[in-house]
Formats: sequence, structure tokens, C-alpha cells
Amino acid sequence: MTTAPFGARLDDVVVQFGRSRRMLPNGTLVKDEASTALDGASVTIRPGTITGVLGRNGAGKTTMLSLLAAFTRPTSGTVVVGPEGEEEDPWENPWITSGTQLVRESGDLMNDEKVSTSLKYYADMRPDWSAETAERLLDLFEVNVRKNPSALSRGKRSAIGATIGLATRAPLTIFDEVYLGMDAPTRYAFYDELLADYAEHPRTILLSSHLVEEVERLFEDVIVIDGGRVLLAEPADQMRARGFSLTGTKDAVERLADGRRVLHRQQLGNTVQVTLEGALGDDELAAARAAGVEVGAVPVQDLFVRLTDPRSVPS
Amino acid sequence: MFDGPEPIYVQIATWIRAQVLSGELGEEEQVMSTTQFATTFRINPATAAKAFSGLVEEGVLYKRRGLGMFVAPGARERLLDEHRKHYFEDVLAPALQQADILGIPTDEVVAYVLGSSGKRSGDRRNKEES
Repeated sequence: MTTAPFGARLDDVVVQFGRSRRMLPNGTLVKDEASTALDGASVTIRPGTITGVLGRNGAGKTTMLSLLAAFTRPTSGTVVVGPEGEEEDPWENPWITSGTQLVRESGDLMNDEKVSTSLKYYADMRPDWSAETAERLLDLFEVNVRKNPSALSRGKRSAIGATIGLATRAPLTIFDEVYLGMDAPTRYAFYDELLADYAEHPRTILLSSHLVEEVERLFEDVIVIDGGRVLLAEPADQMRARGFSLTGTKDAVERLADGRRVLHRQQLGNTVQVTLEGALGDDELAAARAAGVEVGAVPVQDLFVRLTDPRSVPS
Repeated sequence: MFDGPEPIYVQIATWIRAQVLSGELGEEEQVMSTTQFATTFRINPATAAKAFSGLVEEGVLYKRRGLGMFVAPGARERLLDEHRKHYFEDVLAPALQQADILGIPTDEVVAYVLGSSGKRSGDRRNKEES
């Protein structure tokens, strides 16, 4: 029996690491500064979606994903995971954690055992495990399961992680930068398998990646984390509509761009290309066309880069 | 594929409409399933489903329970009608406006249309018949 896809919610979550008190030789007590991984993050993850989690290095992506899988506990705030309407705190909650699979780059394999032993362990642990999917994917990724993980390349270990994530068919499956080490053909094979398996067995999939261009079209929803906070969480289509580009003569483009936040600007002679926040109305679109200005889409990748760029200060 | 400025589901719908218009997808012909579509073009299945449900609402496609999506009878005619209506507004008007900017007199445009009409397949057929 397959469980309904899990949703999840974070409410004003703060996670701090390394907070401690210690005594100096002279007897005074000092508090070590904690480093803050999440700083008041709030977000809702819709059950049954493929949601992309984007953020720069150190933004707090891995911390957020670890919270959902109950690998970490929040310092303050609440985390709930579960089927719609039945979400619960995942911490030490076997009902929730048995339905949540976090795949990290390492693959979380037993290092001193053959890969097949680790896989058997997952098969026993996971109620919805598909042995057939596992076998097919290991074959596709050409993984020798009779070897120890340490005898395999980084790419092969990533591929095992991807296999575990897909074969588990967990109601909440999280891939935290699982692509690291995979070569391009393997990554594309993984995306194809992910889509096909998701279409047949709907569940909630979270995917964090720095290769935004490659994966943006897999997403139904996108979450952008920046500096320990959730910068935005919305359908991918809505995110794409957050910006547009105008290309044309300087005067015409300036007139159309007037009063909008400019995310990026390039100039070549008298031709200007600007990336602007917002969307064009029908009137403006007609005005742009009449002025010979080309209106284009902005890839999620570019929007992400601009939105998380500390130098692009809101005007 | 599908990297224009509109939302992806709008672009998918436009693409399927174009296939029906050109006759590449015949009436009563089965279209790709959402899953096939998603894996072929590497897009989210929900995005593909959104495009398909929009086309069902428009009457371009219809659903056969348990079988999949098919091109609706009369879909091509209806699309042709609609696109003909928009042709002058969406295609010809901007072209004429551009001619105006370039200072091409109307006479020259008319002469071109009449002169080049012999190259159009539809008209050539008419001439051969007469």
C-alpha cells in the first residue's frame, strides 16, 4: 500500500549550531557565538509536487532538508511533516520518518559492507521499496553492488543514492545535491527516471541543486533560500513571471524600464538589454513591440542569481 | 523547446494547436500522454497536464476514459477559423506598420502581394485548373 504524499511546513524556524559555554582559566564564563543556519524560515511544501530548493552555498538548504527528515532539530520554531491535514513533528516520530527519505550526496551507505548489504537494509526499512526499480536503475547506472562503497567512484556512489531515493518511493523523498559527481549523461538519465517514476507513483519530491538550468523545468514549485530565510516559495511558472528582459535601442528601453527595478543591465553601443522585475501589461507589451523592443523570458537561473545577489539592492 | 517568454504550459498548448492546424495531428488521433510528454521534453508532468486540460476546455482535445487524450473532431476547422480572424490583426498589421516605418509605399506592398501570389500553392492550383 502506498501512503499519500507528504506535505511539510516550517514556521519561524531558527537553527543554530555550536552554541556552548565554557570556562576560561581565570574562572570567567564565556558564551561562544552560535552560527545561525536558519534564521526565521517559514515555508509550506505542497504535497504531491516536485519542489526545487535553490540557494547559494551556506544559505541553509541542507539544514532545512535535514529538519524535514528529522536529522536535525530546530533551536526554535516548529516543523511538521505528513499527509495533508495529518502533519506531525517528525522528530523521533517513526510514522513520519519511515515515510521520509533524505538522500545526501554520500548516499548514506555502510562503508565496510558491500553495496548490496546497504541496499538490503533499505529494502527492509522502507514499506514501499521497489526491488524492481532498484535493480533496473543499478543496471542503468552500471553499479557493481558486490563492491564496497569505498571501492566505487564518487559518481557511482551518487548514482546509488539516486537509486535508493527512487526505489524507496517514500511519500516525501528529498534529494540533497545528489547529482554531485554524476556525469552529464547520468544526470539526464536520473532526471528522466525521476519524472517517469513520479508520474506513475505520485509523491512529494524535494530536489536541491546548483545546476538550476538543468532542473528548473522539472519543478512545479520553487523555494529560494537566502541567508537562512525563505526568500520566496511559489509555483515555478510564477517565479518565471517575476522578470523579463527588454532588448532594443537605449531610449526606447529606458522609457519602458522607467520606474522598475533593474536586476541586470548590459549595453553594447546604442543597444541595451535590461532584466527587469515584474511583468509587462498588455498595453506595455504593445508599446514595446511598436517601439521595436524585443521582450524575452528570463531563465530561473538568472532570476535566482539576481535575487540572491547582495549587490542588487532594492531601489 | 519551450523556452519562450510565456509560461511553459502556454507554450505546450500553442505547440499542440500548431500541430493540429498543420494536420500533423489528425482528428481522432491520440496525443502523447502526460507522462510521455513530461519524459520526452523533460518537464514537470503537472505542467504538461495543465496544458492538456486547457486544450480540453477549448475543445481541441477530448479525454477517453482509460485511453488518453485525442484530437477532437472539428478541432482543426475551429482553430483555422480562429487563426484566420487573428491573422490580419496579429500578423499583417505589424508587417504593414513596419513597412510604414521603412517608408515602403502601399502601392509597392500591394504590387508585391499580387506579384507573389503566383508562388502561393493555393493560387497556383487555381490557375492550373482554369
